[in-house]
Parts: sequence; C-alpha cells; structure tokens
Amino acid sequence: MRWLFLCAVLVFLLCCFVFWDIASKGFGVVSLEFLLTSPRKGMTEGGIFPAIVGTIYVSLVTAVFVIPFGVATAIYLSEYARDTWVTRLIRAAIRNLAGVPSIIYGLFGVAIFVDGLGMGPSLLASGLTLGLLTLPYVVAAGEEALRHVPGSYREGALALGATHWQSIRTVVLPVATPGIVTGVLLGLSRAAGETAPILFTGVAFYLRYVPSSVWDEFMALPYHLFILATQHHAIHQVRPLAYGTALVLLGFVFSLNLMAFWVRKKYSVYGQQ
Amino acid sequence: MILSLLISNKIEIQHLDLFYGAKQALKSVSLSIPEKSVVALIGPSGCGKSTLLRSINRMHDLDPKVRLDGEILLDGHNILHGNTNLNKLRRRVGMVFQKPNPFPKSIYDNVAYGLEVNGIHDKTRIRAAVEESIRESYLWDEVKNDLDKPALDLSGGQQQRLCIARAIAVEPEVILMDEPCSALDPISTAKIEALILRLKERFTIVIVTHNMQQAQRVADFTAFMYLGELIEFGRTSAIFEQPNQELTRNYVSGHFG
Ligand SMILES: Nc1ncnc2c1ncn2[C@@H]1O[C@H](COP(=O)(O)OP(=O)(O)OP(=O)(O)O)[C@@H](O)[C@H]1O
Ligand SMILES: [Mg+2]
Repeated sequence: MRWLFLCAVLVFLLCCFVFWDIASKGFGVVSLEFLLTSPRKGMTEGGIFPAIVGTIYVSLVTAVFVIPFGVATAIYLSEYARDTWVTRLIRAAIRNLAGVPSIIYGLFGVAIFVDGLGMGPSLLASGLTLGLLTLPYVVAAGEEALRHVPGSYREGALALGATHWQSIRTVVLPVATPGIVTGVLLGLSRAAGETAPILFTGVAFYLRYVPSSVWDEFMALPYHLFILATQHHAIHQVRPLAYGTALVLLGFVFSLNLMAFWVRKKYSVYGQQ
Repeated sequence: MILSLLISNKIEIQHLDLFYGAKQALKSVSLSIPEKSVVALIGPSGCGKSTLLRSINRMHDLDPKVRLDGEILLDGHNILHGNTNLNKLRRRVGMVFQKPNPFPKSIYDNVAYGLEVNGIHDKTRIRAAVEESIRESYLWDEVKNDLDKPALDLSGGQQQRLCIARAIAVEPEVILMDEPCSALDPISTAKIEALILRLKERFTIVIVTHNMQQAQRVADFTAFMYLGELIEFGRTSAIFEQPNQELTRNYVSGHFG
C-alpha cells in the first residue's frame, strides 16, 4: 500500500511542479498593462488583451449554443425517453462524441460551419465547433444531475395534479440546476483551452482589434500561446510572454473550475431528502 | 351489501388485478369506500397495500411494467379508463407519502404549488388558501412567522403536516395516505391522527398503516390484505373484535406480520 501512496504523492508533486514552473516564469510578465493592451512589434512587446477578450467571447458563443441544446437533450434522455434501442444508440453516440480527438472537431467545423453553412472563419463558427466538443459533457452532467433528483419530489408534484412538464420545470430542474451549471462550467473550461477546433474555424494569428460581431475572426489564448511558443521568429525573446499567456489561460480555466466547485457547494440540495 | 345501500360509496374497486411485469401483486381485489369515512388498509409487509393505494390516483402510470385489469369507480366513473385526465384525477385524489417529501422551496410555496399547477394565479386567493390549509393541518401557530423559510428546515412531523396542508390546499375529494406516521415520533403521530379525524368531515381518507392501534383509533372501516388478496373488509370494530376469517384473527392478534 505504501508505494500506492508514494505514487499519489508523486503525481501531486508533478502537478505542483508544472504549476510552479508556469507561475514563477509567468508571474513577472503579468501586469495590468499585459492584460489590457494589444501585442506590439511583431508580438515581441505589449499585452494579450485581444486574446483574452477572444477567449471570453468564444466561450460565450459556446455557452449560448451548448446550454439550450445540451440541457434539452439531457431532459429528453432522462425524463422522457423510454429505454429503447434508439435511445441507447443516442446515448452511446453522445458518449463516443466525448472521445473524439479535438482536431477532428476542427475539421468537422470547417466542413459544416465555415464552408457548408458559409459562415466563413468567425467567432460563430469556432463557438459552434467548441459547442459540439462540449455537448457530450453537458449532456452527461445534465443527465447525471437530473437522475439525482429524488423520485419523491417528482411523485409529490404529480400527486398534486402537475403535468409531467410542470413537474420538470418547477421542481426537477431547479433541484438539478447546480449540477447542470457545474457541468456547463467544466465543459466550458475544457473548451477554453482547446486550440485544434478553433484553428481552422476562426482564430487569427494577430488582430489589432477585438471582434465586434460573431462574424469576425478573433484571437484566443491557447492559439496565441501556441504561436509564441513554437511559431514565432524570435522564440527565445518572447518566452516570458508565452509563460505570461500560459499563466493567464491557466487562471481563466482555474476560475471556471472554481466557480463550478462553488456552485456545487453552495446550491447543492442533494442529500437533504 | 346492506352497507352500500345505507351509505353512498365514493370509491368502488371491482375485481382489480395488478401485475408488475409477470408478478401479480393484486388479485381480484374488490372494495367499496364510503364517502367521508376513513378506511385503513392493513396486512403484512409486501401484501399489496401500497400497490392498491397507488392504483387509486394512478401513480402506477409512471412505471411502464405495471398492468392493471378491473375497475376503480370514483363517483361511478371508471378512472382506469384510457381517456381519464390524470391531472384532474390527481387533483381530486390527493396523496401523502410515507416519507415526508416537501419540495426544496419555502413553506408558502410548497402549499401554493398545487394551486399554481392547477392554473390558479390569483395571489389573494392563493394566500387565503395557503393560510387556511396550514391552519387546517394544525401547523399555523408553528410556522406563521416563517412562511418564507425553507420547508426542509422543519422537523419531520412538521414536514408531514405541511405535506397534508399541501394536499388539502387543492381541495381534493379523497386523500390517500401511505403510512404517514411511520417516520414520526409519538407526539407527531398523535397530532396527525387528530388531524385525520378532523379531515374526514370533509374528505374521504384511505390510510395504509402497520399500527393496529392507529387503525382502531382513526379508521371507520378496515381492510385486511394478504398476499395480494383482500381477505376481509368491514367496520373496524368488527375486524378487530369479531373477524370472520381465521387469517384476519391471527393477524390482528399479532400472531404474524
Ligand atoms: N415497482 C415494483 N416492481 C416490482 N414489484 C413490486 C414493485 N413494487 C412492489 N412490488 C411487489 O409487489 C408486492 C406488493 O408490494 P407493496 O409495496 O404494495 O406492499 P405493501 O403491502 O405496501 O408492503 P409494506 O407494508 O412493506 O409497505 C410485493 O411483493 C413487492 O415486492
Ligand atoms: Mg407499502
């Protein structure tokens, strides 16, 4: 048993090391100026403001798409679908979607959104592509949250004459909401760090301005980091900027996770029944 | 029966069979429940009391493996008929569950819930009905200053009385209670029994209980069930003092169950 414990400690230390490495090298770079200005002089100076805004925007587009579709699918699967081979097929398909490599989503996004639907490379196309990537997480988390709602609540509502939909809308969904929100936030935090799905669908190498509509291209933190770390003409010179960007991305993803944790703790009513 | 000539029957169950998949849980049960009376269902665990009770508001519709045959007449209309409006039926036939199950909402919202889902939105009318139902349930003095507090913060006994208030707020005709006191202490139990005796002036009540004393205290009629069959039904005093069946005698005298 001791070596299992040592393994766990080792993994923990590795995580700490990665975080420490990025934090220590990036910390000196991150300043208000770094956060609030655009890159200058071929990205060798200045900040990452457009990339931060782009990541936030694309996450919002993703959320706007994935919340209604994901939650509706979860409600259908958990509350309405009878257990037939069709629903089992849908469930299996959704589960497999979660295992698809993200570059495949990128190609799919190009084929469907950028070319097929003529959106061109844009916030919208990227957001929708990331939405597809996030969908299985949201559906799974939604189903899980709905399944955890005690049957006694549903019976209580129905026994008072509520229709099935009324019982879902007024009793089941409110109880499941913290779990659903948690799933959405975790899904978004994964999407925010992805590069491949946005690579061909809308992310830009360098833009002086933040996007003004969903049809514009945008900069994003993970792609900006990729450029600074591997594609730049003066890689060594911009290394500190790369670490700063990494730290900001990490902070963004971290705060989404923290929010998910907080929502789960604060609003959880499971276990009270 | 003479009984049915003297008193009008609110519910008549006729030759009711119920199957959970292949397993038969009710075997040709026939039972007449007089209006504004309390009927107790007793019998050993697993004999089908809850199953019978849940047939009366068609709670089994949630479970696709359940099949029902026979008739349940409510005021002469067969509620097992396919075109019965389940929402209207359940408004007329309320239910109180074994484990108190208030919604994770405020005390007020719990009681208002049934009215709202039944299409009543007049705030003053809801407020009046909420207050009256909570008073009727002997709960008013304990919660009148806390109506917007979470119902889940109440004690178990208070929660169960809140569930009764919630059920009567929609003015049902029948209230089904499945062992409503089994999770409660003796004092809460006594309060609920007193409440049942008062409610029977307005409602027809069917109550499942494992407590023989409780059946004798609250029920006008008692039905004894065994292995899915109705063995004997009659006035509570008759069932407990001079039962016709050997099985009933053994059960009420505590020889098994
Ligand atoms: N959902 C179900 N699926 C399959 N069988 C069931 C189901 N519910 C009950 N049964 C079976 O039907 C029979 C009657 O169950 P029921 O719950 O009505 O008994 P009961 O008299 O209420 O018992 P208790 O006093 O323990 O509550 C039992 O044999 C039980 O195993
Ligand atoms: Mg039971």
